[in-house]
Amino acid sequence: MREVWQSRKGFIFAAAGAAIGLGNLWRFPFQAYKNGGGAFLLPYFVALITCAIPLMIMEYAYGRQIRGGAVKAFTNLKKKFEIFGWIQVMIPIVVMTYYSTIISVSLVFMLYSLGHAFGIVNWLSDPGPVMGMVTGSAENALDLGAGISIYILIAVIFVWLANWLIVKKGISGGIEKMSKIFTPMLMIMMVVFMVNAVRLNGSAIGLEALFKPDFSKIMDPGIWVSAYAQVFFSTTLAVGVMIAYGSYLNKKADIVNSAFITVFLNSSFDLAAGVLVFSTLGYLVQTMGVEFTSFGTGAGVAFIAFPIAISTMSSNVVVQGLLGFLFFFCLFIAGLTSSISMLESFATAALDKFKISREKLVTIIALFGFAGSVCFASYAGFNYILDIVDAYVGNIVIAGIGLIEVVLISYIYGTKELRQQANEFSDFKVGRWWDILLKYFTPLLLGAVVVTNIVNLFTGLLSMDTIGVIAQIVFGWGIVLIMIGASVVFYKRKWTTSSVNE
Amino acid sequence: MSAGAIIMMVIGLGTVWGGAFVTILIALSADKKNNLKPEGSK
Repeated sequence: MREVWQSRKGFIFAAAGAAIGLGNLWRFPFQAYKNGGGAFLLPYFVALITCAIPLMIMEYAYGRQIRGGAVKAFTNLKKKFEIFGWIQVMIPIVVMTYYSTIISVSLVFMLYSLGHAFGIVNWLSDPGPVMGMVTGSAENALDLGAGISIYILIAVIFVWLANWLIVKKGISGGIEKMSKIFTPMLMIMMVVFMVNAVRLNGSAIGLEALFKPDFSKIMDPGIWVSAYAQVFFSTTLAVGVMIAYGSYLNKKADIVNSAFITVFLNSSFDLAAGVLVFSTLGYLVQTMGVEFTSFGTGAGVAFIAFPIAISTMSSNVVVQGLLGFLFFFCLFIAGLTSSISMLESFATAALDKFKISREKLVTIIALFGFAGSVCFASYAGFNYILDIVDAYVGNIVIAGIGLIEVVLISYIYGTKELRQQANEFSDFKVGRWWDILLKYFTPLLLGAVVVTNIVNLFTGLLSMDTIGVIAQIVFGWGIVLIMIGASVVFYKRKWTTSSVNE
Repeated sequence: MSAGAIIMMVIGLGTVWGGAFVTILIALSADKKNNLKPEGSK
Protein backbone atom coordinates (compact mmCIF):
# COMPACT_ATOMS: atom_id res chain seq x y z
CA MET A 1 0.00 0.00 0.00
CA ARG A 2 1.52 3.32 -1.11
CA GLU A 3 1.93 6.03 1.50
CA VAL A 4 0.00 9.29 1.09
CA TRP A 5 0.42 12.79 2.48
CA GLN A 6 -1.67 13.09 5.60
CA SER A 7 -2.75 16.65 4.86
CA ARG A 8 -2.71 19.15 2.04
CA LYS A 9 -0.84 21.58 4.27
CA GLY A 10 1.89 18.99 4.81
CA PHE A 11 2.24 18.38 1.07
CA ILE A 12 2.39 22.11 0.23
CA PHE A 13 4.99 22.79 2.92
CA ALA A 14 7.11 19.85 1.76
CA ALA A 15 6.90 20.91 -1.91
CA ALA A 16 7.56 24.57 -1.11
CA GLY A 17 10.42 23.54 1.17
CA ALA A 18 11.87 21.49 -1.69
CA ALA A 19 11.63 24.41 -4.10
CA ILE A 20 12.98 27.01 -1.68
CA GLY A 21 16.68 26.45 -1.28
CA LEU A 22 19.99 28.16 -0.73
CA GLY A 23 20.11 29.24 -4.38
CA ASN A 24 17.06 31.46 -3.91
CA LEU A 25 19.06 33.66 -1.62
CA TRP A 26 21.68 34.75 -4.14
CA ARG A 27 20.59 33.56 -7.57
CA PHE A 28 17.43 35.63 -8.11
CA PRO A 29 18.76 38.92 -6.67
CA PHE A 30 21.84 38.93 -8.89
CA GLN A 31 20.00 37.70 -11.98
CA ALA A 32 17.64 40.67 -11.59
CA TYR A 33 20.50 43.07 -10.82
CA LYS A 34 22.46 42.02 -13.94
CA ASN A 35 19.47 41.82 -16.27
CA GLY A 36 17.65 45.13 -16.21
CA GLY A 37 16.71 45.42 -12.50
CA GLY A 38 12.95 45.91 -12.15
CA ALA A 39 12.51 45.30 -15.88
CA PHE A 40 13.66 41.70 -15.31
CA LEU A 41 10.40 41.12 -13.44
CA LEU A 42 8.44 41.15 -16.69
CA PRO A 43 10.19 38.13 -18.29
CA TYR A 44 10.34 36.56 -14.83
CA PHE A 45 6.55 36.69 -14.41
CA VAL A 46 5.96 35.52 -17.97
CA ALA A 47 8.29 32.58 -17.24
CA LEU A 48 6.37 31.77 -14.05
CA ILE A 49 3.06 31.58 -15.90
CA THR A 50 4.28 29.89 -19.06
CA CYS A 51 6.91 27.52 -17.69
CA ALA A 52 7.03 26.95 -13.91
CA ILE A 53 3.30 26.63 -13.24
CA PRO A 54 2.46 24.44 -16.28
CA LEU A 55 5.42 22.13 -15.54
CA MET A 56 4.55 21.94 -11.84
CA ILE A 57 0.96 20.96 -12.68
CA MET A 58 2.29 18.38 -15.16
CA GLU A 59 4.69 16.79 -12.65
CA TYR A 60 2.15 16.66 -9.81
CA ALA A 61 -0.59 15.30 -12.06
CA TYR A 62 1.55 12.71 -13.80
CA GLY A 63 3.15 11.56 -10.54
CA ARG A 64 -0.24 11.13 -8.89
CA GLN A 65 -1.67 9.38 -11.93
CA ILE A 66 1.05 6.74 -12.28
CA ARG A 67 1.65 6.47 -8.52
CA GLY A 68 5.40 6.45 -8.95
CA GLY A 69 8.64 8.40 -9.14
CA ALA A 70 10.60 9.46 -12.22
CA VAL A 71 11.75 5.96 -13.22
CA LYS A 72 8.23 4.58 -13.25
CA ALA A 73 7.06 7.78 -14.93
CA PHE A 74 9.35 7.33 -17.93
CA THR A 75 8.89 3.54 -18.03
CA ASN A 76 5.15 4.08 -18.19
CA LEU A 77 5.61 6.01 -21.43
CA LYS A 78 7.80 3.34 -23.05
CA LYS A 79 9.99 0.66 -21.49
CA LYS A 80 13.22 1.90 -23.05
CA PHE A 81 12.61 5.43 -21.74
CA GLU A 82 13.28 4.10 -18.24
CA ILE A 83 16.91 5.16 -18.71
CA PHE A 84 15.82 8.84 -18.73
CA GLY A 85 14.15 8.28 -15.37
CA TRP A 86 17.38 6.97 -13.88
CA ILE A 87 19.41 9.86 -15.31
CA GLN A 88 16.83 12.25 -13.88
CA VAL A 89 17.02 10.84 -10.34
CA MET A 90 20.83 10.69 -10.50
CA ILE A 91 20.86 14.48 -10.80
CA PRO A 92 19.62 15.23 -7.27
CA ILE A 93 22.05 12.69 -5.80
CA VAL A 94 25.00 14.31 -7.58
CA VAL A 95 23.74 17.80 -6.67
CA MET A 96 23.26 16.62 -3.09
CA THR A 97 26.93 15.60 -2.83
CA TYR A 98 28.07 19.22 -3.22
CA TYR A 99 24.94 20.95 -1.93
CA SER A 100 25.46 19.18 1.40
CA THR A 101 28.89 20.81 1.74
CA ILE A 102 27.36 24.29 1.36
CA ILE A 103 24.78 23.39 4.02
CA SER A 104 27.72 22.23 6.13
CA VAL A 105 29.31 25.67 5.96
CA SER A 106 26.03 27.12 7.32
CA LEU A 107 26.24 24.60 10.15
CA VAL A 108 29.85 25.55 10.93
CA PHE A 109 28.93 29.25 10.86
CA MET A 110 25.99 28.58 13.20
CA LEU A 111 28.42 27.19 15.75
CA TYR A 112 30.88 30.03 15.20
CA SER A 113 28.03 32.50 15.74
CA LEU A 114 27.28 30.86 19.07
CA GLY A 115 30.99 31.11 19.86
CA HIS A 116 30.77 34.81 19.02
CA ALA A 117 27.75 35.24 21.31
CA PHE A 118 29.57 33.58 24.21
CA GLY A 119 32.73 35.61 23.64
CA ILE A 120 34.84 32.63 22.57
CA VAL A 121 35.66 33.93 19.11
CA ASN A 122 35.10 37.37 17.61
CA TRP A 123 34.73 36.92 13.87
CA LEU A 124 31.49 38.43 12.51
CA SER A 125 33.05 41.79 11.66
CA ASP A 126 35.84 40.07 9.73
CA PRO A 127 34.57 36.72 8.42
CA GLY A 128 37.25 36.36 5.74
CA PRO A 129 39.81 34.48 7.89
CA VAL A 130 37.14 32.08 9.27
CA MET A 131 35.77 31.49 5.76
CA GLY A 132 39.32 30.88 4.54
CA MET A 133 39.99 28.48 7.40
CA VAL A 134 36.77 26.52 6.76
CA THR A 135 36.95 26.32 2.97
CA GLY A 136 40.75 26.43 2.58
CA SER A 137 42.40 27.15 -0.72
CA ALA A 138 43.80 25.31 -3.69
CA GLU A 139 45.61 26.41 -6.83
CA ASN A 140 43.14 24.85 -9.22
CA ALA A 141 40.63 22.00 -9.61
CA LEU A 142 43.43 19.48 -10.17
CA ASP A 143 45.26 20.47 -6.99
CA LEU A 144 43.80 17.49 -5.13
CA GLY A 145 46.72 17.32 -2.71
CA ALA A 146 45.91 20.78 -1.31
CA GLY A 147 44.08 19.23 1.61
CA ILE A 148 40.64 18.62 3.00
CA SER A 149 38.49 20.81 5.22
CA ILE A 150 38.03 19.01 8.51
CA TYR A 151 35.26 21.49 9.38
CA ILE A 152 33.20 20.69 6.30
CA LEU A 153 33.99 16.99 6.63
CA ILE A 154 32.64 16.78 10.19
CA ALA A 155 29.65 19.02 9.46
CA VAL A 156 28.72 17.09 6.34
CA ILE A 157 28.41 13.92 8.45
CA PHE A 158 25.69 15.68 10.46
CA VAL A 159 23.99 16.94 7.29
CA TRP A 160 23.77 13.43 5.84
CA LEU A 161 22.74 12.05 9.22
CA ALA A 162 19.86 14.57 9.41
CA ASN A 163 18.78 13.66 5.87
CA TRP A 164 19.00 9.95 6.60
CA LEU A 165 16.98 10.27 9.82
CA ILE A 166 14.18 12.18 8.09
CA VAL A 167 13.93 10.33 4.76
CA LYS A 168 14.15 6.82 6.24
CA LYS A 169 10.96 7.56 8.17
CA GLY A 170 9.07 7.98 4.93
CA ILE A 171 6.66 10.57 3.65
CA SER A 172 4.15 11.18 6.42
CA GLY A 173 6.37 10.10 9.33
CA GLY A 174 9.49 11.97 8.23
CA ILE A 175 9.32 14.53 5.40
CA GLU A 176 5.79 15.80 6.08
CA LYS A 177 6.28 16.12 9.84
CA MET A 178 9.59 17.92 9.44
CA SER A 179 8.36 20.23 6.65
CA LYS A 180 5.31 21.32 8.66
CA ILE A 181 7.69 22.72 11.27
CA PHE A 182 10.65 23.92 9.23
CA THR A 183 9.06 25.48 6.13
CA PRO A 184 6.79 27.96 7.98
CA MET A 185 9.66 28.66 10.39
CA LEU A 186 11.91 29.48 7.43
CA MET A 187 9.31 31.81 5.92
CA ILE A 188 8.73 33.66 9.17
CA MET A 189 12.47 34.07 9.77
CA MET A 190 12.94 35.31 6.21
CA VAL A 191 10.25 37.98 6.64
CA VAL A 192 11.76 39.09 9.96
CA PHE A 193 15.25 39.37 8.41
CA MET A 194 13.83 41.18 5.40
CA VAL A 195 11.93 43.75 7.48
CA ASN A 196 15.02 44.30 9.61
CA ALA A 197 17.20 44.78 6.51
CA VAL A 198 14.82 47.37 5.01
CA ARG A 199 15.20 49.42 8.22
CA LEU A 200 18.98 49.73 7.73
CA ASN A 201 20.57 52.98 6.59
CA GLY A 202 21.34 52.73 2.90
CA SER A 203 18.78 50.04 2.16
CA ALA A 204 17.13 52.41 -0.32
CA ILE A 205 20.37 52.51 -2.33
CA GLY A 206 20.30 48.73 -2.59
CA LEU A 207 16.62 48.54 -3.45
CA GLU A 208 17.12 51.23 -6.10
CA ALA A 209 19.90 49.12 -7.66
CA LEU A 210 17.72 46.01 -7.58
CA PHE A 211 14.40 47.42 -8.76
CA LYS A 212 15.24 50.43 -10.96
CA PRO A 213 13.94 49.27 -14.33
CA ASP A 214 16.08 49.40 -17.45
CA PHE A 215 13.47 48.64 -20.08
CA SER A 216 16.01 48.97 -22.90
CA LYS A 217 17.17 45.47 -21.98
CA ILE A 218 13.74 43.89 -22.41
CA MET A 219 14.29 43.29 -26.14
CA ASP A 220 17.48 41.35 -25.45
CA PRO A 221 16.68 37.62 -25.91
CA GLY A 222 19.43 36.77 -23.41
CA ILE A 223 17.36 38.28 -20.60
CA TRP A 224 14.38 36.12 -21.48
CA VAL A 225 16.56 33.01 -21.46
CA SER A 226 17.98 34.08 -18.07
CA ALA A 227 14.45 34.56 -16.69
CA TYR A 228 13.35 31.13 -17.89
CA ALA A 229 16.50 29.52 -16.52
CA GLN A 230 16.01 31.28 -13.16
CA VAL A 231 12.39 30.17 -12.84
CA PHE A 232 13.10 26.63 -14.03
CA PHE A 233 16.08 25.94 -11.77
CA SER A 234 14.57 27.72 -8.77
CA THR A 235 11.44 25.56 -8.63
CA THR A 236 13.22 22.16 -8.45
CA LEU A 237 11.57 20.93 -11.63
CA ALA A 238 12.81 18.07 -13.81
CA VAL A 239 14.79 16.30 -11.10
CA GLY A 240 12.11 13.80 -10.16
CA VAL A 241 11.26 15.57 -6.89
CA MET A 242 7.83 16.93 -7.79
CA ILE A 243 6.85 13.73 -9.64
CA ALA A 244 7.78 11.75 -6.52
CA TYR A 245 5.94 14.14 -4.20
CA GLY A 246 2.91 14.07 -6.53
CA SER A 247 2.91 10.27 -6.45
CA TYR A 248 2.08 10.33 -2.72
CA LEU A 249 -0.97 12.55 -3.26
CA ASN A 250 -4.39 11.22 -2.49
CA LYS A 251 -6.36 10.33 -5.66
CA LYS A 252 -8.81 13.13 -4.87
CA ALA A 253 -6.21 15.75 -4.02
CA ASP A 254 -6.13 19.15 -5.69
CA ILE A 255 -3.37 19.53 -8.28
CA VAL A 256 -3.79 22.84 -10.06
CA ASN A 257 -4.07 25.19 -7.11
CA SER A 258 -1.36 23.34 -5.18
CA ALA A 259 1.00 23.93 -8.12
CA PHE A 260 0.12 27.64 -8.16
CA ILE A 261 0.68 27.89 -4.39
CA THR A 262 4.06 26.10 -4.55
CA VAL A 263 5.33 28.33 -7.37
CA PHE A 264 4.05 31.54 -5.77
CA LEU A 265 5.57 30.65 -2.38
CA ASN A 266 8.90 29.96 -4.04
CA SER A 267 8.75 33.25 -5.96
CA SER A 268 7.74 35.09 -2.80
CA PHE A 269 10.92 33.76 -1.26
CA ASP A 270 12.88 34.86 -4.37
CA LEU A 271 11.61 38.42 -4.08
CA ALA A 272 12.02 38.52 -0.28
CA ALA A 273 15.62 37.31 -0.74
CA GLY A 274 16.13 40.09 -3.29
CA VAL A 275 14.95 42.72 -0.82
CA LEU A 276 16.98 41.19 2.03
CA VAL A 277 20.23 40.84 0.06
CA PHE A 278 20.14 44.22 -1.67
CA SER A 279 18.98 46.15 1.40
CA THR A 280 21.92 44.63 3.27
CA LEU A 281 24.35 45.30 0.42
CA GLY A 282 23.03 48.88 0.16
CA TYR A 283 23.78 49.28 3.84
CA LEU A 284 27.34 48.02 3.31
CA VAL A 285 27.78 50.21 0.21
CA GLN A 286 26.81 53.27 2.27
CA THR A 287 28.72 52.46 5.45
CA MET A 288 31.84 50.76 4.04
CA GLY A 289 32.07 52.13 0.53
CA VAL A 290 32.09 48.68 -1.08
CA GLU A 291 30.36 47.81 -4.35
CA PHE A 292 27.33 45.59 -4.85
CA THR A 293 29.46 42.85 -6.36
CA SER A 294 32.37 43.20 -3.92
CA PHE A 295 31.39 39.93 -2.23
CA GLY A 296 30.78 38.12 -5.51
CA THR A 297 27.39 37.14 -6.86
CA GLY A 298 27.12 33.76 -5.19
CA ALA A 299 27.48 32.16 -1.79
CA GLY A 300 30.02 34.83 -0.75
CA VAL A 301 27.13 37.21 -0.22
CA ALA A 302 25.64 34.96 2.46
CA PHE A 303 28.89 33.87 4.08
CA ILE A 304 30.89 37.13 3.93
CA ALA A 305 28.56 40.10 3.45
CA PHE A 306 25.92 39.03 5.97
CA PRO A 307 28.25 38.38 8.92
CA ILE A 308 29.77 41.85 8.38
CA ALA A 309 26.33 43.45 8.21
CA ILE A 310 25.18 41.57 11.33
CA SER A 311 28.26 42.72 13.24
CA THR A 312 27.32 46.35 12.67
CA MET A 313 23.65 46.02 13.60
CA SER A 314 24.38 45.97 17.32
CA SER A 315 27.38 46.73 19.49
CA ASN A 316 26.44 43.87 21.83
CA VAL A 317 28.34 40.69 20.91
CA VAL A 318 25.62 38.46 22.35
CA VAL A 319 23.01 40.05 20.07
CA GLN A 320 25.41 39.87 17.12
CA GLY A 321 26.13 36.19 17.76
CA LEU A 322 22.46 35.28 18.17
CA LEU A 323 21.52 37.17 15.00
CA GLY A 324 24.29 35.33 13.16
CA PHE A 325 23.10 32.02 14.58
CA LEU A 326 19.51 32.67 13.45
CA PHE A 327 20.62 33.76 9.98
CA PHE A 328 22.75 30.66 9.40
CA PHE A 329 20.06 28.46 10.95
CA CYS A 330 17.72 29.95 8.34
CA LEU A 331 20.20 28.92 5.61
CA PHE A 332 20.55 25.47 7.17
CA ILE A 333 16.79 24.89 7.11
CA ALA A 334 16.48 26.18 3.54
CA GLY A 335 19.17 23.69 2.55
CA LEU A 336 17.82 20.78 4.57
CA THR A 337 14.22 20.99 3.27
CA SER A 338 15.63 20.90 -0.27
CA SER A 339 18.16 18.17 0.34
CA ILE A 340 15.61 15.73 1.79
CA SER A 341 13.54 16.15 -1.37
CA MET A 342 16.61 15.29 -3.46
CA LEU A 343 17.18 12.13 -1.47
CA GLU A 344 13.49 11.25 -1.69
CA SER A 345 13.49 11.63 -5.49
CA PHE A 346 15.99 8.78 -5.84
CA ALA A 347 14.47 6.76 -2.98
CA THR A 348 10.98 6.84 -4.51
CA ALA A 349 12.31 5.82 -7.91
CA ALA A 350 14.37 2.94 -6.53
CA LEU A 351 11.59 1.72 -4.23
CA ASP A 352 9.29 1.57 -7.24
CA LYS A 353 11.65 -0.82 -9.02
CA PHE A 354 13.43 -2.81 -6.34
CA LYS A 355 12.04 -4.84 -3.50
CA ILE A 356 14.08 -3.37 -0.66
CA SER A 357 13.19 -1.75 2.64
CA ARG A 358 13.15 2.06 2.67
CA GLU A 359 15.50 2.14 5.63
CA LYS A 360 18.10 -0.07 3.96
CA LEU A 361 17.85 1.83 0.68
CA VAL A 362 18.15 5.27 2.28
CA THR A 363 21.14 4.05 4.31
CA ILE A 364 22.92 2.87 1.15
CA ILE A 365 22.21 6.13 -0.71
CA ALA A 366 23.33 8.20 2.28
CA LEU A 367 26.62 6.28 2.53
CA PHE A 368 27.37 6.66 -1.20
CA GLY A 369 26.27 10.31 -1.07
CA PHE A 370 28.51 11.00 1.89
CA ALA A 371 31.46 9.44 0.02
CA GLY A 372 30.76 11.86 -2.83
CA SER A 373 30.55 14.77 -0.41
CA VAL A 374 34.02 13.93 0.92
CA CYS A 375 35.41 14.88 -2.53
CA PHE A 376 33.73 18.29 -2.26
CA ALA A 377 35.01 18.75 1.28
CA SER A 378 38.52 18.88 -0.18
CA TYR A 379 39.91 22.36 -0.81
CA ALA A 380 40.05 21.81 -4.56
CA GLY A 381 36.61 20.23 -4.49
CA PHE A 382 34.87 23.02 -2.61
CA ASN A 383 36.61 25.92 -4.33
CA TYR A 384 36.76 24.67 -7.92
CA ILE A 385 35.19 21.27 -8.71
CA LEU A 386 31.86 22.26 -7.15
CA ASP A 387 31.35 25.05 -9.71
CA ILE A 388 32.32 22.80 -12.61
CA VAL A 389 29.96 19.98 -11.61
CA ASP A 390 27.18 22.49 -10.94
CA ALA A 391 27.61 24.02 -14.40
CA TYR A 392 27.31 20.61 -16.09
CA VAL A 393 24.87 18.68 -13.91
CA GLY A 394 23.04 21.51 -12.14
CA ASN A 395 22.43 23.42 -15.36
CA ILE A 396 22.88 21.57 -18.64
CA VAL A 397 21.77 18.07 -17.65
CA ILE A 398 18.73 19.32 -15.71
CA ALA A 399 17.53 21.55 -18.54
CA GLY A 400 18.20 18.78 -21.09
CA ILE A 401 16.32 16.11 -19.16
CA GLY A 402 13.54 18.65 -18.47
CA LEU A 403 13.18 19.18 -22.20
CA ILE A 404 13.00 15.41 -22.81
CA GLU A 405 10.46 15.02 -19.99
CA VAL A 406 8.08 17.70 -21.18
CA VAL A 407 8.20 16.51 -24.80
CA LEU A 408 7.67 12.82 -23.95
CA ILE A 409 4.88 13.38 -21.44
CA SER A 410 3.09 15.95 -23.60
CA TYR A 411 3.26 13.97 -26.82
CA ILE A 412 3.11 10.34 -25.66
CA TYR A 413 0.89 10.45 -22.58
CA GLY A 414 -1.00 13.45 -23.95
CA THR A 415 -1.76 16.80 -22.41
CA LYS A 416 -5.52 16.53 -22.91
CA GLU A 417 -5.86 13.40 -20.79
CA LEU A 418 -3.45 14.71 -18.16
CA ARG A 419 -5.31 18.05 -18.01
CA GLN A 420 -8.60 16.27 -17.36
CA GLN A 421 -6.97 14.25 -14.58
CA ALA A 422 -5.36 17.36 -13.07
CA ASN A 423 -8.61 19.32 -13.21
CA GLU A 424 -10.84 16.57 -11.80
CA PHE A 425 -10.55 17.44 -8.11
CA SER A 426 -8.84 20.82 -8.33
CA ASP A 427 -10.05 24.07 -6.73
CA PHE A 428 -9.99 25.67 -10.18
CA LYS A 429 -9.23 24.30 -13.61
CA VAL A 430 -6.71 24.94 -16.36
CA GLY A 431 -7.89 25.30 -19.94
CA ARG A 432 -6.46 24.40 -23.33
CA TRP A 433 -3.84 27.11 -22.94
CA TRP A 434 -2.00 24.66 -20.69
CA ASP A 435 -1.78 22.06 -23.49
CA ILE A 436 -0.45 24.65 -25.93
CA LEU A 437 2.18 25.89 -23.50
CA LEU A 438 3.43 22.39 -22.69
CA LYS A 439 3.47 21.16 -26.27
CA TYR A 440 5.00 24.12 -28.05
CA PHE A 441 6.07 27.01 -25.86
CA THR A 442 7.84 25.37 -22.91
CA PRO A 443 9.94 22.97 -25.05
CA LEU A 444 11.02 25.88 -27.24
CA LEU A 445 12.14 27.99 -24.29
CA LEU A 446 13.79 25.05 -22.49
CA GLY A 447 15.58 24.23 -25.74
CA ALA A 448 16.86 27.83 -25.82
CA VAL A 449 18.10 27.46 -22.21
CA VAL A 450 19.94 24.23 -23.11
CA VAL A 451 21.54 25.70 -26.25
CA THR A 452 22.54 28.91 -24.44
CA ASN A 453 24.12 26.95 -21.59
CA ILE A 454 26.05 24.71 -24.00
CA VAL A 455 27.26 27.69 -26.05
CA ASN A 456 28.35 29.48 -22.85
CA LEU A 457 30.16 26.36 -21.74
CA PHE A 458 32.14 26.03 -24.96
CA THR A 459 32.92 29.74 -25.27
CA GLY A 460 34.06 29.61 -21.64
CA LEU A 461 36.49 26.81 -22.55
CA LEU A 462 38.15 29.04 -25.15
CA SER A 463 39.19 31.55 -22.51
CA MET A 464 40.62 28.92 -20.15
CA ASP A 465 44.17 27.70 -19.72
CA THR A 466 45.11 24.04 -20.24
CA ILE A 467 44.52 23.07 -16.60
CA GLY A 468 41.10 24.69 -16.69
CA VAL A 469 40.12 22.80 -19.84
CA ILE A 470 41.38 19.48 -18.42
CA ALA A 471 39.43 20.10 -15.20
CA GLN A 472 36.27 20.83 -17.19
CA ILE A 473 36.66 17.60 -19.14
CA VAL A 474 37.57 15.43 -16.16
CA PHE A 475 35.05 16.77 -13.62
CA GLY A 476 32.38 18.12 -15.96
CA TRP A 477 32.05 15.51 -18.67
CA GLY A 478 33.49 12.88 -16.31
CA ILE A 479 30.63 13.19 -13.84
CA VAL A 480 28.08 13.23 -16.66
CA LEU A 481 29.55 9.95 -17.99
CA ILE A 482 29.54 8.41 -14.50
CA MET A 483 25.88 9.43 -14.11
CA ILE A 484 24.93 7.87 -17.41
CA GLY A 485 26.96 4.73 -16.60
CA ALA A 486 25.27 4.33 -13.21
CA SER A 487 21.88 4.92 -14.82
CA VAL A 488 22.55 2.14 -17.31
CA VAL A 489 23.45 -0.24 -14.46
CA PHE A 490 20.15 0.47 -12.67
CA TYR A 491 18.25 0.34 -15.95
CA LYS A 492 19.64 -3.11 -16.82
CA ARG A 493 18.59 -4.61 -13.51
CA LYS A 494 15.29 -6.48 -13.39
CA TRP A 495 12.18 -5.06 -11.76
CA THR A 496 11.68 -6.93 -8.52
CA THR A 497 8.38 -5.26 -7.68
CA SER A 498 5.11 -5.48 -9.60
CA SER A 499 4.92 -1.68 -9.47
CA VAL A 500 5.43 -1.12 -13.20
CA ASN A 501 2.47 -3.29 -14.14
CA GLU A 502 0.05 -1.65 -11.75
CA MET B 1 14.40 55.67 -4.27
CA SER B 2 13.15 56.64 -7.71
CA ALA B 3 9.47 56.32 -8.61
CA GLY B 4 10.31 53.65 -11.20
CA ALA B 5 12.10 51.48 -8.63
CA ILE B 6 9.27 51.88 -6.10
CA ILE B 7 6.62 50.97 -8.69
CA MET B 8 8.56 47.88 -9.83
CA MET B 9 9.13 46.79 -6.22
CA VAL B 10 5.42 47.12 -5.43
CA ILE B 11 4.44 45.28 -8.63
CA GLY B 12 7.00 42.54 -7.97
CA LEU B 13 6.22 41.90 -4.35
CA GLY B 14 2.50 42.47 -4.86
CA THR B 15 2.26 39.95 -7.67
CA VAL B 16 4.02 37.04 -5.97
CA TRP B 17 2.87 37.67 -2.42
CA GLY B 18 -0.62 38.56 -3.62
CA GLY B 19 -0.62 35.45 -5.82
CA ALA B 20 0.39 33.26 -2.88
CA PHE B 21 -2.22 34.89 -0.63
CA VAL B 22 -5.09 34.55 -3.10
CA THR B 23 -4.33 30.93 -4.03
CA ILE B 24 -4.05 29.97 -0.34
CA LEU B 25 -7.42 31.67 0.31
CA ILE B 26 -8.95 29.70 -2.58
CA ALA B 27 -7.53 26.48 -1.13
CA LEU B 28 -8.87 27.25 2.34
CA SER B 29 -12.35 28.10 1.08
CA ALA B 30 -12.41 24.99 -1.13
CA ASP B 31 -11.37 22.81 1.81
CA LYS B 32 -14.08 24.42 3.95
CA LYS B 33 -16.69 23.79 1.25
CA ASN B 34 -15.60 20.16 0.86
CA ASN B 35 -15.78 19.62 4.62
CA LEU B 36 -19.34 20.95 4.66
CA LYS B 37 -20.46 18.56 1.92
CA PRO B 38 -22.03 15.29 3.01
CA GLU B 39 -19.61 12.37 2.65
CA GLY B 40 -19.43 10.78 -0.78
CA SER B 41 -21.08 13.67 -2.59
CA LYS B 42 -17.93 14.64 -4.46
